[in-house]
Amino acid sequence: MNTNVTWRNFTRAKVTNVSRRNVLLGLAAGTFALSVQLPRRASAEEEKLYGGAGMPGGVKDDPRIFLTIEEDGTVRLLCNRAEMGQGVRTGWATVIADELEADLTRIRVEQAPGNQALYGNQNTDGSRSMRHHFQALRRIGAAARTMLEQEAASRWDVPADEVRASGHQVTHANSDRSFGFGELARAAAERDVPAAEDLVFKAPEDFQHIGKDVNNVDNLDITTGSPIYGIDKQLDGLVYAVIARPPVYGGKVKSYDDTEARKVPGVIEILEIDSPDIPSAFLPLGGIAVVAENTFAANKARLLLEIEWDAGDNQSYDSAEYRKTLEAASEQPGEVMRNDGDVDAALADAAERISASYYLPHLAHASMEPPSATARFADGKCEVWTSVQAPEALRTDLMKRFELAPENAVVHSMLLGGGFGRKSKPDYASEAAIISKALDGRPVKLTFMREDDIQHDFFHTVSVERLEGGLDENGKTVAWLHRTVAPSIGSTFEPDVVHQSAGELGMGAVDNPFDIPNLRVENPEAAAHTRIGWFRSVYNIPHAFAVQSFAAELAAAAGRDHKEYLLELLGPDREISRAAMNDTSVYGEDPELYPYDTARLRKVIEAATEAAGWGRDLPEGRGLGLAAHHSFVSYTAVVVEVEVKDGGLIFPRVDIAFDCGAIISPDRVRAQLEGAVVQGVSLATLGEISFKDGVPEQSNFDGFELTRIDASPVEIHTHLVPSLDYDSPLGGVGEPGLPPVAPAITNAIFAATGKRIRALPIRDQFV
Amino acid sequence: MVEFSVNGTKHSFDGDPETPLLWYLRDLAGMPGTKFGCGLGLCGACTVHLDGVATRSCQTWVSDLDGVEVTTIEGLSEDGNHPVQVAWRELNVAQCGYCQPGQIMQAASLLSETPDPSDEDINASMSGNICRCGTYPRIRAAIKLAAERAGQ
Repeated sequence: MNTNVTWRNFTRAKVTNVSRRNVLLGLAAGTFALSVQLPRRASAEEEKLYGGAGMPGGVKDDPRIFLTIEEDGTVRLLCNRAEMGQGVRTGWATVIADELEADLTRIRVEQAPGNQALYGNQNTDGSRSMRHHFQALRRIGAAARTMLEQEAASRWDVPADEVRASGHQVTHANSDRSFGFGELARAAAERDVPAAEDLVFKAPEDFQHIGKDVNNVDNLDITTGSPIYGIDKQLDGLVYAVIARPPVYGGKVKSYDDTEARKVPGVIEILEIDSPDIPSAFLPLGGIAVVAENTFAANKARLLLEIEWDAGDNQSYDSAEYRKTLEAASEQPGEVMRNDGDVDAALADAAERISASYYLPHLAHASMEPPSATARFADGKCEVWTSVQAPEALRTDLMKRFELAPENAVVHSMLLGGGFGRKSKPDYASEAAIISKALDGRPVKLTFMREDDIQHDFFHTVSVERLEGGLDENGKTVAWLHRTVAPSIGSTFEPDVVHQSAGELGMGAVDNPFDIPNLRVENPEAAAHTRIGWFRSVYNIPHAFAVQSFAAELAAAAGRDHKEYLLELLGPDREISRAAMNDTSVYGEDPELYPYDTARLRKVIEAATEAAGWGRDLPEGRGLGLAAHHSFVSYTAVVVEVEVKDGGLIFPRVDIAFDCGAIISPDRVRAQLEGAVVQGVSLATLGEISFKDGVPEQSNFDGFELTRIDASPVEIHTHLVPSLDYDSPLGGVGEPGLPPVAPAITNAIFAATGKRIRALPIRDQFV
Repeated sequence: MVEFSVNGTKHSFDGDPETPLLWYLRDLAGMPGTKFGCGLGLCGACTVHLDGVATRSCQTWVSDLDGVEVTTIEGLSEDGNHPVQVAWRELNVAQCGYCQPGQIMQAASLLSETPDPSDEDINASMSGNICRCGTYPRIRAAIKLAAERAGQ
């Protein structure tokens, strides 16, 4: 069996429906070339692989790696992707239950340890775990089912096509005999794994679990407090550590005095960890580590350390000043990343010109489980138990730092108490390993206090988005100029990165679907002064906020209904090639195969507005706001109803319509959308990390506020576009709900009050 | 030396009197079901019951617990079938689940004092518990479901 299969060769497998892929290929031939050569910020490899196959380690599908069936029939399934609440473990079990013909309640999902070579790519990001693994999981389940059936047929000495697996057993109906999976498993596992092209898959209309509501496989553990998260790891002789890190990114310890700290009862050791040069990628920031008999004692001592820091070049970072820098940059031309028609001429000829500048501050991830890891570095072997999105990135760091052979860098993946992108960066786990090694192998649990988490995050970027539009005498938009100015995540890895990457620009800036003949996207320079990292939905947040706010501003300037105007901007139904938008990234997928399907965005806009009663009469102080966005291969539209009352904002109702193609677990999809709405409310109304003298001004939930239940929308209605097309690649779920929420809120506030809010967070700007 | 009980088992402690119950439970007693979230009583992840009343364990010194009955998520029910736990599973409230032990302990305390809570009661009781995944609509629904069951 091919153990590194791709979407490309999967199309050879026996599936009943006609693959939509072929249709997409046909349309891709009709794309047109751009008239000017624009910068393409992508690697120049000619034979680039895409999708799961394009990720390091690829996708594996050998059932013997992922499935174990015990003699009592318990199925143990290794999940290769991190669970952080997005429901991937439930999704994996659901697919296996269907193709294996197993009882879903008898499947135990376990996390695969970090081992990319064995399990395939394990980096959980980009909302693509199910897209990359759905067909592989079907092959795993179908292959194992076939092996069980073959074993039973062999024992009964009947043709294999006379036996059938169903309900966790294999039955020979002609003779009314059956074996439980557990009775067959040991011998079945010795049989040859069938070739992928010989597998027969369940038809979507026969799915019993896929596409149906199933329970979260971790419900019992979660509701009874089982120690399932990285921060929960227990080991004999465990000691506990916290670290005082340089307050300013790039700072180092100049000197320190630990006299008072060492007097705290329970303190075991205090040691210095070297700080790296910046940009420091995933490396720990260094500082002074305190190890004690419990976390409280460690932190109590840490607060008594007297440390003199060499703050370094970023000590002048000031958010208010930096906003001016970004705004000044947005007033000047930048590198042209997309250029349709002649924007300058169209603006000059326009009957009306409007412009707007939007500002979105840094955000912290603030997962409820702060970064934490337990390490035991003894006898030349480093073992780490932690919650990471990218176990292989951690292993790579450990192998390099400690010159370890791969088998001596062991990462046990546990569940994540939230990730949102923060736990793609395993700096905290390396810290635990460093401390355990310094303590001659004593096991150490390192925990970020909440202050550490918020002040030493890999922050969501800060952004100024400047939009300028030209309307003709009929109110039609004929020119669109978008300048996006934001430090790039690349700045965390390479010096002197001042432009957004192709992937960042392809998150809602260059991949603009509007049917506007003159459209230019520019990217002026922006230098980073702190660690920038991925945050749920990433650059879609500022880009969607600006594009969807400005579309509403254009509608208002034209005196038109926002929804009708937005659909006009979107234009006739069509598939826009990525080349036509100079979008070279598409989340690592093949640009040729993922055109922008404007009909899908139109349909979710129509679904959300219809469900919300768009156009209905509302009492004074209430308004409906709309926004829509395509990201992570999915399409989302949100209508927010807002009420401005007694100086506060109430959200009586939110409708979110979503098209991610075919769905594995509808309940988990709804949960992600509900969560995206709440997180969108949070970032729109409250979210801000600001810097003064190079240091974040917020440090806990008093300064970095998050939406609580009393400010959460009263009703959230989710509307999923049904699809049985399980042969086409699945759209993402974890992230694409988020980007349109914030602009839908500010558009609703405009509808309610006439006040246009262009800077987040909203706080009390509507008053 | 203070003596208290945790989920019916006797405990005694004579360490640093300022040690919060949270870290006693997690690091010294080996009971990590109670979660660390903020350390300042701002998020509710560490909620336990002291003599049946929801309390932030990160703001509770162990030295103040003499004679107190502590209940944690591990001991809320014998078999995990407290009505709140059942409702949480039935409505698939949790996403990442990390804050949910604190949410469940807070909700159980609310329902013991207010068996049929209004939306305002729920807001007042539950707004100290942060969920970063945004499960609030289902938390609200699950509290109402548990209340409805208990009222039948």
